[in-house]
Amino acid sequence: MNWTGPLAYTGRKTMRFLEEAGEIVLLFIQALLWLLRPPFRLRLIFKQMEFVGVQSINVVLLTGVFTGGVFALQTYHGFSMFGAESLVGSTVALALTRELGPVLTALMVTGRAGSAMAAELGSMRVTEQIDALYVMAVSPIQYLVLPRIVAATCMLPVLTVVCDFVGIVGGYVVGVRMLGVNEGIFIAKIVEYLDFSDISMGLVKAAFFGLMFSLIGCYKGFYTTGGAEGVGRSTTEAVVLASVSILAADYVLTAIMF
Amino acid sequence: MNHRPSDIIQLQGVHKSFGRQRVLKGLDLDIPRGRTTVIIGRSGGGKSVILKHMIGLIRPDQGRVLVDGQDLNDMDDRELNQVRRRYGMLFQDAALFDSMTVGDNVAFPLREHTKLSQAQIMETVIEKLKMVGLVNVERKMPSELSGGMRKRAGLARAIALEPEIILYDEPTTGLDPPLSAAINHLIVETQERLGLTGVVISHDIAGAFEVGHHIAMLYDGKIIASGAPKEIESSEDPVVQQFIHGRAEGPIEVV
Repeated sequence: MNWTGPLAYTGRKTMRFLEEAGEIVLLFIQALLWLLRPPFRLRLIFKQMEFVGVQSINVVLLTGVFTGGVFALQTYHGFSMFGAESLVGSTVALALTRELGPVLTALMVTGRAGSAMAAELGSMRVTEQIDALYVMAVSPIQYLVLPRIVAATCMLPVLTVVCDFVGIVGGYVVGVRMLGVNEGIFIAKIVEYLDFSDISMGLVKAAFFGLMFSLIGCYKGFYTTGGAEGVGRSTTEAVVLASVSILAADYVLTAIMF
Repeated sequence: MNHRPSDIIQLQGVHKSFGRQRVLKGLDLDIPRGRTTVIIGRSGGGKSVILKHMIGLIRPDQGRVLVDGQDLNDMDDRELNQVRRRYGMLFQDAALFDSMTVGDNVAFPLREHTKLSQAQIMETVIEKLKMVGLVNVERKMPSELSGGMRKRAGLARAIALEPEIILYDEPTTGLDPPLSAAINHLIVETQERLGLTGVVISHDIAGAFEVGHHIAMLYDGKIIASGAPKEIESSEDPVVQQFIHGRAEGPIEVV
């Protein structure tokens, strides 16, 4: 066996990764340039906002309420060992607004909307609909990619607010109604420890995650090759890459912001 | 090689590779203005690649693509879009937008590039659809149409802006013989009615001789014969003879 094998493999993979990262950035720059050039396609942006935002509400509600609930359950279990049950509310609220709200919302919406973006653009690519746009002198970046990126970047913070809120409600139901933490203390501690900056930083993260998953979904779809199988591959790759990128970016953003 | 005004599109010394596969190897081809040119050649031989070069969907690795003497390679996005508006293209599977109705598909280029009112657009849409033999399909989705009807709708969209040049990517592939004949008839009729330049790629020989004023044969990345149908028919090139008579034996390797 050739001893350079693993080295060459790692090198190839690294090169491909850097190449892909560069292509994604280029797609982003092109989309940004189109943001400034008419025609402005508000109708398409609203349509995507409806798809990314409104239609994700149920998923986000369920995610938020159960996450808040289980978090209250677990922290109550731990905190009661040293008599700190009064902090359950503020712990749930801080965890949700700073971390769980933005990250879980982004991951759930990536699974729903990011995959759909990759699949939709991918099948438009393999059936030559993207070529047809070029031929009709319409930029597919402006027509297809830009509305999706704008909509996702705007809607993710909104969904995160929803997730944060119902998560705290879920924590309240479990902590106060089921486990018997004092209601007044539960709420007072949230008010005491939760800063506005915890929420706003979380929302900045959410906007960033929205940009990332939509850009990756569009990128994977836009450059699909190889027919139906290729569309499937693009969709899977989009979800995996977007999810991992969101988690990695979350660490970096948190380290910078808080 | 200079520009001749009688030729609307010229490909000069075009090379194109995909990965290690060399598809076009220094191809020269002139498309005469106001006539229909058919490019024949083997399946997977790069005919679609030629067509996509003509409209700037693919850029050559080497060589030039001239439209009215202007090199597509030297153009920025805006200039390229100006040139593209002179074209219509019928894709192999029609490439209708499957998220829109057939009517909206045909209306799409009109909405993008004209200031016509909604009523005028609908009128034009119905007129173009009628021209290709489709009535009462405006509200249907592309998935509700048969393959032949989708091609017709694709043609209606391609001629919506009254282009000077229409590119047809295998217009009859996958259709039954009567439908193929109908599409070929439509190509001839459209050309005569609108006086436009047509470029058809096909491996359907009978159809090629029926619609083409001019025929070019692609083989091994180059145009090996080009001329009026009669000249091609009487060509002494063994490759051309084997291809147009559909023989299994000859210089073309059939594996």
